[in-house]
Amino acid sequence: MLDKTGIAKRIAKEVKDGYYVNLGIGIPTLVANYVRHDIQVEFQSENGVLGMGPFPYEGEEDADIINAGKQTITTLPGASFFESSMSFSMIRGQHVDLTILGAMEVSENGDIANWKIPGKMVKGMGGAMDLVASAENIIVAMMHTNKAGESKLLKECTLPLTGVGCVKKIVTNLAVIEVTDKGFKLLERAPGVSVEEIQNATEGHLIVEGEIPEMQL
Amino acid sequence: MINKKVANVSEALEGVSDDMTFMLGGFGLCGIPENAIAKLVDLGVKGLTCISNNAGVDDFGLGLLLQKKQIKKMVSSYVGENDEFERQMLSGELEVELIPQGTLAERCRAAQAGIPAFFTPAGYGTEVAEGKETREFNGKMHVLENAFKADFSFVKAWKGDEAGNLIFKGTARNFNPAMCGAANITVAEVEELVPVGTLDPNEIHIPGIFVQRIFQGEVYEKRIEQRTVRQRD
Repeated sequence: MLDKTGIAKRIAKEVKDGYYVNLGIGIPTLVANYVRHDIQVEFQSENGVLGMGPFPYEGEEDADIINAGKQTITTLPGASFFESSMSFSMIRGQHVDLTILGAMEVSENGDIANWKIPGKMVKGMGGAMDLVASAENIIVAMMHTNKAGESKLLKECTLPLTGVGCVKKIVTNLAVIEVTDKGFKLLERAPGVSVEEIQNATEGHLIVEGEIPEMQL
Repeated sequence: MINKKVANVSEALEGVSDDMTFMLGGFGLCGIPENAIAKLVDLGVKGLTCISNNAGVDDFGLGLLLQKKQIKKMVSSYVGENDEFERQMLSGELEVELIPQGTLAERCRAAQAGIPAFFTPAGYGTEVAEGKETREFNGKMHVLENAFKADFSFVKAWKGDEAGNLIFKGTARNFNPAMCGAANITVAEVEELVPVGTLDPNEIHIPGIFVQRIFQGEVYEKRIEQRTVRQRD
């Protein structure tokens, strides 16, 4: 079974040379730490920066340079700043190659719910609806089950949706799963996790074909 | 040159009254019109509708207007980080309309550009699309969204000149440029107001035609919401 860092490490392998990538808050943010150094990748933050670098050294924080999580950041050589409407032109116009974000629920047809729990304080969707509606390549990073132990990979989402039929791949603490026309297809198992354990933690239809390899991290 | 300079924030906010709709630039506390907000608190105008990506924190940004119960409705994409906001929202005192962030930006830009409405895929199949016209383009479903209408836009830039030309810095740019010229009157506040001819025309982000009033803010606190740093090796 993987921890959050493990999920981030596995997703980092999906980041390819030449990709512009948008990372959501939470586990997705960690992905930047594990991307190979021998490939060219630029991270976009929807508040208006491309070419995001690491956090600044203490004393070098600039209130005018933050990411979408409102954290102080730095920029790398080749970076650019732009306004919000242009930022979403990059996203809506499918110029961003890969979007990695968290989710509360994903359904077997690729619907995603990650912004609202009825009865709880709703903070808003931020850029999530724009990202999931437009990105061609969306990977969800999440735990396979919620805190109550219930599956987050469902036949149908129960929570209000963020987007429909958009998720392509899911990386959880238990597995790598592809969302296909026929349901969730199991691609890889987390180290030490059996196919049966994954099946038990998946409410939606899980397709298991042949031998399922263990993830390489 | 058409001079847009006003003497101070009081003059810049002339004509502001109760029940108006405002656009306010900023992302979190980054690039917010601090001086205009402080003046709105002083003026005590009420019943306001505020179009702004976020709603500030309890004791800064739009949180200051919320504390004085001057806001009737917020139109935003994300409103965490504010206890007073949460209290007013849950008690029903405050109306909140949540909009996808890209749609929020584009509704500003559409207002600026004279485009009454546009189709976007964002929100299709979700509650955001309820009651709105949808249409298929190139095999994909889209939602019709309208341009915003507002009485005033309050934006903040790094530098500006007396002609109203603006230059932004870093990610403090965010929603500010699209809000320029998107309301009946655009009020720009800048950290540094320079004489006309000082700024290189090649480096202007927003031409002065979109700005009606410009002033240099007296003080900028520029508060950091999430101070994140790394250790030196």
